[in-house]
Amino acid sequence: MAEIAERLKNIIRPENLIYGKSPLLNEVTMHYCPGCSHGVVHKIIAEVIDDMGIQDSTIGVSPVGCAVFAYNYIDIDWSEAAHGRAPAVATGIKRISPEKTVFTYQGDGDLAAIGTAETMHAVNRGENIVMIFINNAIYGMTGGQMAPTTLLGQVTSTTPYGRNVDLNGYPLKITELIAQLPGAAYVTRQSVHTPAAVRKARKAIRKAFELSQKNIGTCFVEVVSTCNSGWKLTPVESNDWMVKHMFPLFPLGDLKDGGKDATEPFNIQG
Amino acid sequence: MGELRLMKGNEVIAEAAIRYGCDGYFGYPITPQSEVMESLMAARPWETTGMVVLQAESEIASIHMVYGAAGCGKRVMTSSSSPGISLMAEGISYIAGSELPCVIVNVQRGGPGLGTIQPSQADYNQATKGGGHGDYSLLVLAPASVQEMNDFVGLGFDLAFKYRNPVMILADGVIGQMMEKVELMDQQPRWTEEQVKQITGSWATQGKTKDREKHVITSLEMDSHIMENNNLRLQAKYQQMKDEDVRYETIECEDADYILVAFGCAARICQKTVQMARAKGHKVGLLRPITLFPFPEKVIAEMASHVNGFLTVEFNAGQMVNDVRLAVNGKTRVEYFGRMGGILPSPDEVEKALYHKLIGD
Amino acid sequence: MAKVIGAVVVDSEVCKGCNLCVVSCPTQTLGLNRDVNSKGYHYSYMENPENCIGCSNCSSVCPDSCIAVYRVKVE
Repeated sequence: MAEIAERLKNIIRPENLIYGKSPLLNEVTMHYCPGCSHGVVHKIIAEVIDDMGIQDSTIGVSPVGCAVFAYNYIDIDWSEAAHGRAPAVATGIKRISPEKTVFTYQGDGDLAAIGTAETMHAVNRGENIVMIFINNAIYGMTGGQMAPTTLLGQVTSTTPYGRNVDLNGYPLKITELIAQLPGAAYVTRQSVHTPAAVRKARKAIRKAFELSQKNIGTCFVEVVSTCNSGWKLTPVESNDWMVKHMFPLFPLGDLKDGGKDATEPFNIQG
Repeated sequence: MGELRLMKGNEVIAEAAIRYGCDGYFGYPITPQSEVMESLMAARPWETTGMVVLQAESEIASIHMVYGAAGCGKRVMTSSSSPGISLMAEGISYIAGSELPCVIVNVQRGGPGLGTIQPSQADYNQATKGGGHGDYSLLVLAPASVQEMNDFVGLGFDLAFKYRNPVMILADGVIGQMMEKVELMDQQPRWTEEQVKQITGSWATQGKTKDREKHVITSLEMDSHIMENNNLRLQAKYQQMKDEDVRYETIECEDADYILVAFGCAARICQKTVQMARAKGHKVGLLRPITLFPFPEKVIAEMASHVNGFLTVEFNAGQMVNDVRLAVNGKTRVEYFGRMGGILPSPDEVEKALYHKLIGD
Repeated sequence: MAKVIGAVVVDSEVCKGCNLCVVSCPTQTLGLNRDVNSKGYHYSYMENPENCIGCSNCSSVCPDSCIAVYRVKVE
């Protein structure tokens, strides 16, 4: 025992710290359920903003949903949008302050149901913003109702017998729709369920923030996520469920990369 | 003397915004106010003053663009007409709750529903009693001329920033569409970044620097006691508006036995009625509320103690009449006359109603 | 030959005991404590501290950023 204590004393020294809490994460415990993906994505965003040294020029737009309190956790200026309106709010901020880095952080209900119009049109205009899309196939904050991305057969509180096509229609693959829009610069789908996935997601989010500063269109990062409370599984079981059921419909990887479409094929002025 | 021009009310809103040094306009086309954005797009102010102009995908989006941009401490605005304002109700409530300054122009048309594109004043209650959810008030200015369409843009921004509150310019299809002589203000520069920081740097989202706490634009508060205090702060602000910023115009009220109360275009019709009634020996005056919120309730209460009655004239089913009744508080008679569906009453009609309802035929 | 050894410090009051760090640890260093913190969570801790190689897998998947990772090279 004494040997181990001595060993730890030698290791746990400030100069040996290789990874800790981002200085841009505020000293408050997040309200999220244990194991929630939101916390990991918040951490990544804080790290990216810190690494890029853009705390003083970044404005976040938080949604309505579980992440409504994102502004309590990342130490930057925030605008808290009405449900689904984050892309419009971000448009207003970016247009009036084009020198700022502006991002939205939205869930599936916010981005792909009530805010679908704002989402599609912000991307279609090629707004030079980052959109972070947390897709966990359920409404978390209101208690586990069906989301636009809820899987067929998935049980939620408003699909108690499983999502049914005749009654509820199909899960919406909005990221695939986004990737079709000429205003989208970079569209990617990531996850944060393993250390390797977290590293990839961090790279993708960093790339999105960097590209957004080049004014080449909208950068859109979907993060396929878990909602273990809504799914009524443990955090570890949720990761397994996500890999097994969500990844086939929402496969990870880049959907578009290279800037908004350069040509204007239908411009009647030539 | 500023530059004189013959212009449409809607065109003047656009011109006044540019000349005042407005930072941004976000809108969506709707009759009878589409000329506002059309004029802005034709003027291309982004090449001169640097003003941003953007056509949004809906009124919902445009008001939330205003929310985002106003949160940066800039002077931004939108315009629409009645059905569009209904769509904006959500965003207006958020803007009021988050205490953001902005100017919203409503060039009213008839409702309910799709209604008509003809002029109306049927959004009086919506404008003065909130319109969206929650306890909030807009400061509402009612122009009665193309000149006031010009003047109220600047006044609106000044009041919006004085109170950190949305200001509505409640016009109607007549004022928006008609042409009149207008004296325009000289071009003012937009606020510099330094001025914006100086004026709004204590609350706006301009990027968190090390020397201050982060700024969060939000109307959300889960602690009931803090939320109640937030509401009390808003109510105190509305009271301050009532104390300091009531505006109205009186015409021949000094010796009047009967007072017509009308705002906007209706007041212009009533002005003729006053002349006609006076020619027949009736001592009639006109009170024109310029701010519909805060409502000129004190002057009406004072008048109520010595006049024989009030007649409100409105292009609606009788909305402002309730505010007049509250101000009069039973001290004298209060009647209403109005037309709906896009019909404007003639001065003769108003005169007849005045005799029929108040003076006696 | 140089060997890497590590250690982690879990902020046990912030930890919600989600177990994601435990399953992501390649060396079975971490476990959930039988004790609970003031919120009632079985917080994560180094069950086998001698196993830790300071890879920071645990910290990278931690949703609550409550794990600090230390690493040193030893001869």
